Amino acid sequence: MTVVKEQSGQDNPGGTRDGHGAYVPSPRRIEREAYKRARARRATAIAALSTLGTGALLYLIVVNAPGWPRTRETFFNWEYAREAFPQVLEGLWLNVRLLLVCGAAVLVLGMLIAIARTLPGPVFFPVRALAAAYTDFFRGLPLIITLMIVVLGVPALRLQGVTVDPVLLGGTALTLTYSAYVAEVFRAGIESVHPSQRAAARSLGLTNRQALRHVVLPQAVRRQVPPLLNDLVSLQKDTGLVSIGGAVDAVRAADIIVGRSLNYTPYIVAGLVFVALTIPMTRFTDWVTARMDRRRAQGGTP
Amino acid sequence: MSEFAEQSSVLRMESVRKTFGGTVVLRDVDLEVAPHTVTALIGASGSGKSTLLRCANLLEEIDDGAIWLDGEEITDPRADQDAVRRRIGVVFQAYNLFPHMTVLENITLAPRRVHGVARAEAEERARELLERLGLGAKAGEYPDRLSGGQQQRVAIVRALAVRPRLLLLDEITAALDPELVGEVLTVVRDLKGEGMTMVLATHEMGFAREVADQVCFLDGGVVLERGTAEQVFGEPRQERTRRFLRRVMDAGRL
Repeated sequence: MTVVKEQSGQDNPGGTRDGHGAYVPSPRRIEREAYKRARARRATAIAALSTLGTGALLYLIVVNAPGWPRTRETFFNWEYAREAFPQVLEGLWLNVRLLLVCGAAVLVLGMLIAIARTLPGPVFFPVRALAAAYTDFFRGLPLIITLMIVVLGVPALRLQGVTVDPVLLGGTALTLTYSAYVAEVFRAGIESVHPSQRAAARSLGLTNRQALRHVVLPQAVRRQVPPLLNDLVSLQKDTGLVSIGGAVDAVRAADIIVGRSLNYTPYIVAGLVFVALTIPMTRFTDWVTARMDRRRAQGGTP
Repeated sequence: MSEFAEQSSVLRMESVRKTFGGTVVLRDVDLEVAPHTVTALIGASGSGKSTLLRCANLLEEIDDGAIWLDGEEITDPRADQDAVRRRIGVVFQAYNLFPHMTVLENITLAPRRVHGVARAEAEERARELLERLGLGAKAGEYPDRLSGGQQQRVAIVRALAVRPRLLLLDEITAALDPELVGEVLTVVRDLKGEGMTMVLATHEMGFAREVADQVCFLDGGVVLERGTAEQVFGEPRQERTRRFLRRVMDAGRL
């Protein structure tokens, strides 16, 4: 049996696209897609309904709680929110600056430490040992203690030419701790790339450094993005801890108003502002990784 | 299509179309695989052989057309994809073994987790199959410590362990040493003797000629020619088939 199908009954004989009959979707495909659309619509409707129901239920539980009127007054007071918002925003600018500077420093330092830990060869033993000792120490040391040692201890030394600015010192402490975390994220990513990849790169004559730069790291980065983002968000929140040296960030700004008014609404405002800062960052990295995946997936380059 | 006609074949494809982006990879592909027969898909790299196998296992969603397994339309969006895959075994070109599991764990994963076979029973069958493929001593090894040929034989055992209704083999000998090719092909031959229904994409023309009941020549995503091995290899009707076979013969693979 020999069957040559250049044009089936479903193809339009008049068409000439790429030498074959122009493709016309079959009724089967149209029915199938209609079914899928209907199912998607149904799923959306169910999701909306269940979200609405859950929201309503939570609302009723909270509103009918015996202490609700009082809680609303203390935590959700519109007047205090209006008063706190500009000051919290002003404080937030400090958090944002710290995040940008420390974030960049942490990424660079973390990557250097991770590479130092994965260097092969006996010559590099001291480098490896130092890097390992660094991560062990600063990952174990509670951030608040690192901060106190750096922010309060360094000025106490009264060294010539060394800053006493609590923001700079606080940023240094944050960088020290978070570099240790991020170094481990990078190292895990580097080691998760299958050894055959490094073998293939080395067999092409690439040096260890070139193999790392062109083959291993690009593959590792994709897997590192979500945990890196985790550490970045965590860093963003911990930037507030520099206030122990007297700097006024978003949380401290809220704190000042709360201390004066004994109303907790400014905390809620500060919390929401932090969340609002995190969400776009998460969506952005999701978008970046999704784009990377799409370009690599089958179908992108058939 | 009557219910009766559908029942007669294990796998049936009708006017299957698959595109990646704007590229048409399969165009109007029809295929019928009768029970206890072997179908060989031949053709140049990129002709659509692998995609066809992936579509049959629902690893790729087809754009148009339909595929039936034992008379049940599996491309229907209402069909249970997992239930379909439970009845199909696949051996991939690149083995696709799970590197974090031992050979025995690779093989017993699906029987135990999907088919609910008891551990002892699953391991017994796995060892029996491993023994048959000359891998009896490798049950406790991790895949990365095996040679390519050994890995591929493990992959075959993994596919067989669930007693599939249909076995899809995607260029399974492409990475094997010549002497191992013979061994693996003997296994496939034995499976045929036991009545296993198989569809295999292959570059081993001699083997395809020997073992296949039906040979399909794919070219540019179209089944350009099909027939018994004798017909397709002996007296191909299409000029392109003749050219392809001549090239293969020049390369010393027939």
